[in-house]
Amino acid sequence: MFDIAIIAANVLLSIALLLGFWRLYLGPTLPDRVVALELIASLTIGFIAVYVISSGRTPFIDVAMVLALTAFLAAVGFARYLEKGGHRDDD
Amino acid sequence: MTEFFTGLFLVVGAAFMVVAALGLVRMPDLPMRLHATTKAGVLGAGLMMVGVAVYFGDGGVTTRAVAVIGFLLLTAPVAAHAIGRAGYFVGVPLWEHSKTDELKGRYDEKTHTLSSPPEMHEPEDQDDASR
Repeated sequence: MFDIAIIAANVLLSIALLLGFWRLYLGPTLPDRVVALELIASLTIGFIAVYVISSGRTPFIDVAMVLALTAFLAAVGFARYLEKGGHRDDD
Repeated sequence: MTEFFTGLFLVVGAAFMVVAALGLVRMPDLPMRLHATTKAGVLGAGLMMVGVAVYFGDGGVTTRAVAVIGFLLLTAPVAAHAIGRAGYFVGVPLWEHSKTDELKGRYDEKTHTLSSPPEMHEPEDQDDASR
């Protein structure tokens, strides 16, 4: 029963990852792609959680923590770049 | 019992992640996509880290899982706000069926600061005069 739950979580996360990459491929504008990248970082945190439970290697939780902070820095960096240097569509 | 709750948290969290990804693909608009992914994505990742904390039941693991959840809850709204603001300034079009755009014409395009329209100041001024 527990194995089924882990497999189900992996399958659901994989579906979500495929949908996220689909939006990353489609994304009409750069902010849409940044949103997709942020969701993909959250999905990676979920994958790490499943892997920590299924393998018992608890130090990987630190990787999830660093990944959360790095994704935040990347999103803020993209936002600053867009606001300061990006071109406006209505110019 | 521990395994039951761990599996429950994992599957429910992953289901919220799928909801977030569905919203990311199906929503027609940048602010709507932000609305879908930020809330459901953080809830899904947080529930999965709660599953980790429940499964190990260890002080160190629980502390680190709570730290991950805390960082997610602190950073996700700030990042979503920054991206939404940048997208609005860059000129990402809103959905064609959007009814109102409250920000339209109310920000300074050079300094990127918001300003209230003049009619919003008048009631306050009259209030001050009557006192």
